[in-house]
Amino acid sequence: MNAEFYRKRFEEIGLKPEDIQSLDDLRKIPFTTKQDLRDTYPFGIACMPLERCTRLHSSSGTTGNPTVILHTDTDIDEWANQVARNLWMVGLRPTDVFQNSSGYGMFTGGLGFQNGAEKMGMLTVPAAAGNSLRQIKFIKDFGTTAIHAVPSYLTRLKEVMDKEGIDPRKDTKLRVFAIGAEPHSEEQRKRIEEMFGVKAYNSFGMSEMCGPGVGFECKEQNGLHFWEDYYIVEIVDPDTLEPVPDGEIGELVLTSIRREAMPLLRYRTRDLTRVLGRTCPCGRNHVRIDRMKGRSDDMMVLKGVNIFPIQIEKILMQFPELASNYLITLTTDEDNDNMTVEVELEELFTDDYQRLVALSKNIQRALKDEILLTPHVKLVPKGSLPVSEGKAVRVVDKRKVYQ
Amino acid sequence: MTIKQLSIFIENKGGTLINVLDILSKGGIQIIASTVADTQDYGIYRVLCDRPTQAFLMLREAGINVQLSDVIALSIDDEPGRAAQAISTLSKEGVSILYMYSFLWQGKGVLILRTNPAEKAQEVITIHKMSFLTEIDFA
Repeated sequence: MNAEFYRKRFEEIGLKPEDIQSLDDLRKIPFTTKQDLRDTYPFGIACMPLERCTRLHSSSGTTGNPTVILHTDTDIDEWANQVARNLWMVGLRPTDVFQNSSGYGMFTGGLGFQNGAEKMGMLTVPAAAGNSLRQIKFIKDFGTTAIHAVPSYLTRLKEVMDKEGIDPRKDTKLRVFAIGAEPHSEEQRKRIEEMFGVKAYNSFGMSEMCGPGVGFECKEQNGLHFWEDYYIVEIVDPDTLEPVPDGEIGELVLTSIRREAMPLLRYRTRDLTRVLGRTCPCGRNHVRIDRMKGRSDDMMVLKGVNIFPIQIEKILMQFPELASNYLITLTTDEDNDNMTVEVELEELFTDDYQRLVALSKNIQRALKDEILLTPHVKLVPKGSLPVSEGKAVRVVDKRKVYQ
Repeated sequence: MTIKQLSIFIENKGGTLINVLDILSKGGIQIIASTVADTQDYGIYRVLCDRPTQAFLMLREAGINVQLSDVIALSIDDEPGRAAQAISTLSKEGVSILYMYSFLWQGKGVLILRTNPAEKAQEVITIHKMSFLTEIDFA
């Protein structure tokens, strides 16, 4: 075996290559975790000598070592092939103009979509993230028909379009969005689609597998097709690590079967989702995975109730008075855990306290129905919540931790 | 009959009011009267100024949640009992007051009113020949 890391690990448990004969035997293989990647930083899980590798990507690594993922030429090519397949699937063709408004650099959403869109033959605009006025100029001047961006950026872009008096339906040729890299609800997707009059397709990727491209929605918008010629998909119970039946929510575990530089075996993604089906009216029989329901590690437990930020978001999005930015803060006040939901007011719609107070109360009531707890709801002026680069920070946990 | 007032949504934390005042100051806006109520999380800062539309545009440009509201400015003599008289006239005609603030302007008392129903107040003021100020008086 080429991978020192896996050889040692298999030797430890006495697992031999001949023990793996069928798909079921996969379960004999231990899981790989993000911690393994950190522990072996930077190149410890490489299966190829570095001179055969042509690129690396890395996570930001805010806690401990970052994770590094290596690629060979073939890996880059096959990654581009997956992205190209996704873009074709949602109806894009070489006649389209694709603007990649995603961060470039170490973040795989940049080069990943760039290579894939080029491979498909589209005119590709590496606009990168930010500078909305410039983005809008490109959209208009180049006749952009498709954009890839994180969902929170698209709502920001629409704000700037509004300010500039641009109607995306009339003044642009936009027709397809690829959105991903940031958990978002079905409501947020619909809201983006209605804002622009553009179809938005959910994209799933992670740098550990390559980057974007791993899974993508087809035109049915009913689950993401995960490419089973590249990955073995498992859904396991995050506690027992045993497989769960189709339809039940568990943690997504992926095994890359074609990667050369750094294939990962049974990688625990921490993403919670479920298998929606194994057939699709679109004709593709690659497994359909539900949009991510949250992560097995961003679940908040408050007064014994399990809450995902996405549940809160889903409710907030139902109020047209609210903007898209919100922040959940968990605190301990006199040994009581409390949740404060700060949310930006879209615009001041009234000069009347009573209506503002009524709005807060209605939000609070709707949240209570969803999460069974009554959070404190605080309306804040637009633009006052921190907007992070890339992935938005939605939860701040300031609670005392009882050990 | 109504005049434009700025209604500004401000968060109840340090620096937010200063921020608004700085923008108005840089824009050369003259504040005539203003009021802010204290609540737990946020307040509505209401401002009468010499150029409300320009001020509104400046604030919005700066990303402040702001709205232009129509309010009534009643002019009354600066002597005891005049406010009571004015409010009682409105009250008797079934007009209720959502909020009110007052100040002295060129030797006269001014009552700024937001009423419910809004149109009814204008009718009452016309019928009773009550004296009111218009935007030109403040410009």
